[in-house]
Amino acid sequence: MKTLRFILKKEFLQIFRNKGMLPIIFVMPVIQLLVLSFAATYELKQVRFGLVDFDQSMASRELVSRLQSGGYFKLESAFFSIEKAKKELDNGSVKMILQIPSGLDKKLNEGNSAQVQILIDAVDGSTAGLIQSYMASIISDYNQEQQAGIFIRSSARQQMASINIIPSNWYNPDLDYITYMVPGIIVILVSMIGLFLSGMNVVREYEIGTIEQLNVTPIRKSEFMIGKLLPFWIIGMFDLCIGLALARFGFHIPFLGSLVTILIIAGIYLIVVQGLGLFISTITHTQQQAMFIAWFIMVVFVLMGGLFTPIESMPEWAQQLTMINPVAYFIEIMRMVLLKGAGWMEVYKAVLVLLAMGFGLMVLSINRYKKTS
Amino acid sequence: MNDFAIEAKNLTKTFGAFTAVDSISFEVSKGEIFGFLGANGAGKTTAMKMLTGLLAPSSGKAFVNGFDVYTESEQIKKSIGYMSQKFSLYNDLTVAENIEFYGGVYGLSSKMLSKKTEELLRSVNFTELKDSLAGSLPLGWKQKLAFSISVLHNPQLVFLDEPTGGVDPVTRRQFWEQIYEASDRGITVFVTTHYMDEAEYCDRVSIMVDGKIEVLDNPENLKRSFSANSVEDVFIALARGAKRGDS
Repeated sequence: MKTLRFILKKEFLQIFRNKGMLPIIFVMPVIQLLVLSFAATYELKQVRFGLVDFDQSMASRELVSRLQSGGYFKLESAFFSIEKAKKELDNGSVKMILQIPSGLDKKLNEGNSAQVQILIDAVDGSTAGLIQSYMASIISDYNQEQQAGIFIRSSARQQMASINIIPSNWYNPDLDYITYMVPGIIVILVSMIGLFLSGMNVVREYEIGTIEQLNVTPIRKSEFMIGKLLPFWIIGMFDLCIGLALARFGFHIPFLGSLVTILIIAGIYLIVVQGLGLFISTITHTQQQAMFIAWFIMVVFVLMGGLFTPIESMPEWAQQLTMINPVAYFIEIMRMVLLKGAGWMEVYKAVLVLLAMGFGLMVLSINRYKKTS
Repeated sequence: MNDFAIEAKNLTKTFGAFTAVDSISFEVSKGEIFGFLGANGAGKTTAMKMLTGLLAPSSGKAFVNGFDVYTESEQIKKSIGYMSQKFSLYNDLTVAENIEFYGGVYGLSSKMLSKKTEELLRSVNFTELKDSLAGSLPLGWKQKLAFSISVLHNPQLVFLDEPTGGVDPVTRRQFWEQIYEASDRGITVFVTTHYMDEAEYCDRVSIMVDGKIEVLDNPENLKRSFSANSVEDVFIALARGAKRGDS
């Protein structure tokens, strides 16, 4: 235990003496949370559209003003021919064209159905899908209002039979994208610290040649490994707390579950990613190799971790792969605990998997690290 | 068995078809300064790694300070000091922090540590450099520091792997004075070098050629039996017959 004290002192001295390290520890979490949370959003904002209005009537003006009042669509310019509008769609200055044929007003007033055309730039398929559904909902609102107007004028008394869907969004009632993203981004943050820093630190000893000197000292393998893990575990937990504080007080994310639960699970999760980092360090001998492998794993884990795209919509084989993806487990746990107030009963299975992974990776890397070659 | 600091019998290391160290047998007495010579690629470093517990031997026997290299490598590590040919202190730690770390991992108590640190700094005139980063020292000074640290915990035996490589003659002389001081304190010294004048400072030298120890004697006897003027001439006479090149 005494030896460990000296090892830890040395590691901390080295970490804090490294000029590049302090920004990584203190600035990276803040930047990552701010940038990613605001930028990585699927919400529609200010979609520029072109208008081709052949009707020029009360009804068409009303429809257009409705479109603009929501804040989702912004009229870029009005055109008098569909060809001119299409040109703007081609060069990307508008994302959508709304074409209103002549006779809209007349048809609606007579109680007949009318049609409008929407052309959407669908290079980005998911945005196009969003535009379409937003448009559909705006037009359907408009529709109902028009019908109501007609009923009053024609003093029609009969009730229209219809099924109304009244959505009630649980856990994230305002469908706030940031609420959904921030817990996941905190996971990425902790993963990067855990996966990269400890492993890289071991490989560095190989690169500068000090590993040989360490290997002729009576330092035990476990002491060496703990010396490499603990400082970055503490830094990871510290960054997690920065992230959680920002989430709570900066983004006003609801903390429905217990903070202690989150911290305990994060502690376990950090050991899993650190174990993976250490394992990488035992199969590589330069920081470059280790960095590349760690990045590769990180990108796959993040893309398949359910942060940006729901795991349920992945193909079957990809869903099977997430069974071994610690990032997916922790993102799920974070969202469940923070946003849904889940407790141990709901998450214990995922926590057990993380525990098993952490234990396995640690045993594997301590065994692979050899003082004698 | 306890009469010798090192006892090797038919110690061999093979890497696939290549025999790096070919059945070497020798003893190093306690308190001796033993020069372990050989051309590049002769197998010196491999032999030294087996003796320090860094590399498992393929066959043969070896005991260091009475401990078996196969089964007691951790006990060996406690009882030896080691200085590799590469500077292996931490450049980003200060002189004092390096001393504290290595002293600490060898189990020196804090009281011992501060006493030893002061002694060490004074003996190599490093007192003013105590808080300089090790990386900022000139090479010769680094080597002196590395040596001082390798004997800080008073090991029974210290291994020095080309400790004076790239160092100027004056510093080399000072370095050898340090070695003699350590030897006077009863520490056995096992040293490899390419400087043949340094070989003359040793009590006994062995010369390795192609993985085998060709000769082993004190410098005087060696020169006599080869009717040579210096150990250098003996070395050249032997190394010329080597098949393994400097690659």
